[in-house]
Amino acid sequence: MRKNQSLGEYLQGQGVSRRGFLKFCSATASMMALPPSALAQVAEALANARRPSVIWLSFQECTGCTESLTRSHAPTVESLIFDAISLDYHHTLQAAAGHGAEAARMAAMEENAGEYLLVVDGSIPVGNPAYSTIAGISNLDMLKETAANAFAIIAVGTCAAFGGLPHADPNPTGAVAVSDIITDKPIINVSGCPPIPVVITGVLAHFLTFGAIPELDALGRPAAFFGQNIHDRCYRRPFYERGQFAETFDDEGARKGWCLYKLGCKGPTTYNACATLKWNEGTSFPIQSGHGCIGCSEPDFWDKGGFYNPISAGMWGSRDALLGAAAAGAALGVGSALAARRRQKKAQGTEI
Amino acid sequence: MSSLDTIPVTAEVASGNVKPLLHEVRHALKRLANGEDGTVIDLQSIPLAPGEEARIEELLGKGEVRAELDALGPSVVQETSYPGVWLVTHSNTEQVVVGRFIEVTHMPELLKSQQADIEHAISRLEHELES
Repeated sequence: MRKNQSLGEYLQGQGVSRRGFLKFCSATASMMALPPSALAQVAEALANARRPSVIWLSFQECTGCTESLTRSHAPTVESLIFDAISLDYHHTLQAAAGHGAEAARMAAMEENAGEYLLVVDGSIPVGNPAYSTIAGISNLDMLKETAANAFAIIAVGTCAAFGGLPHADPNPTGAVAVSDIITDKPIINVSGCPPIPVVITGVLAHFLTFGAIPELDALGRPAAFFGQNIHDRCYRRPFYERGQFAETFDDEGARKGWCLYKLGCKGPTTYNACATLKWNEGTSFPIQSGHGCIGCSEPDFWDKGGFYNPISAGMWGSRDALLGAAAAGAALGVGSALAARRRQKKAQGTEI
Repeated sequence: MSSLDTIPVTAEVASGNVKPLLHEVRHALKRLANGEDGTVIDLQSIPLAPGEEARIEELLGKGEVRAELDALGPSVVQETSYPGVWLVTHSNTEQVVVGRFIEVTHMPELLKSQQADIEHAISRLEHELES
């Protein structure tokens, strides 16, 4: 797609009929979680959309977010969205390396100053910047330099959005989120470990369609995808209402597909679209596969107690274990209880 | 039988959303019959338990019209046994379903020849006749 060509012109040049374009718009509107009635508006906006420059920076990350996205690269919708953007820098995907790669980033920043989208995956180490560098440039410096003239920033994955796994206690690298450093640009947090690929492309499609950032929730996430918690959208919710729970992963309740709340499911406190968009081309999502939600799209999900402790046990382990340890008076037990209480106070923001 | 079928899981799960969805279709059908606008329901936006989408399809049944499109991958437009209620399934070129909708309308828009394509057809035909 040429730089000044609209998406409509590009698709027409590719031999895509108006009927094909409407189908594309229909799937795109669904991907953006827009109501089907928005189809005409989406079609008109997409037909006239121009190709935005995108610079993608990967910092302290595992490449899972990029893997998630590239695995979704099915023809028609996602690939057309990617044809419709100019991915000018992505060091995992680009052919260029070394000085050539950095020159591409600088050129994109200069040519599209104030207009390019900056996508970041991974957290930024500020404890010791040498923990993660690219071309000899610290992640911190590269983020500040690239963000300075960006139109907006998309923090892809829980690491970029909230610090993620590198930020987990004891946070040896001093990992922080993009929003801890950049405070003067719009930031869209697309959290998840990894995020649902359709959510990533949905946010890009929204920008492409409307030239603006979508409505965000209190944590800076697109409300269309993160507006409801997993629990409220879970098909197993009726079992929760009826008090029918799996107690172990191989009991009768588990076999009958009952609610996984007692097995540590974090669905009630996790906001994401897994229950409707699902994974692997809409095949399933963790709860449908028999495992509770681990809450990966929420801040500090790694430090909120065990994945298999129910939410009602609190963030400091089970109440029985806490009481038992304290009552026994054993040095180790007391230490655990005190440490647990300290974590509890810290989590509640009451520790001085 | 695949090895997955040997796993002793008999999920008798119901989200409770099938019947409300059918009521929504009934309301939409009434509006259409009264001369009001059609309705499109995105099945991807509704939490459904495994097998419930197939259950909806079964309950709606198949009507007299079925059309297949080949535009950026196959699409199937199936009238259900309730005239005015259509099931539209879009797949990409790798046969992966990218969208599934219940359309309550006289005829899904996608089946009509589109104005832009008609105009393009005129120029193509004129070019053919001139050569």
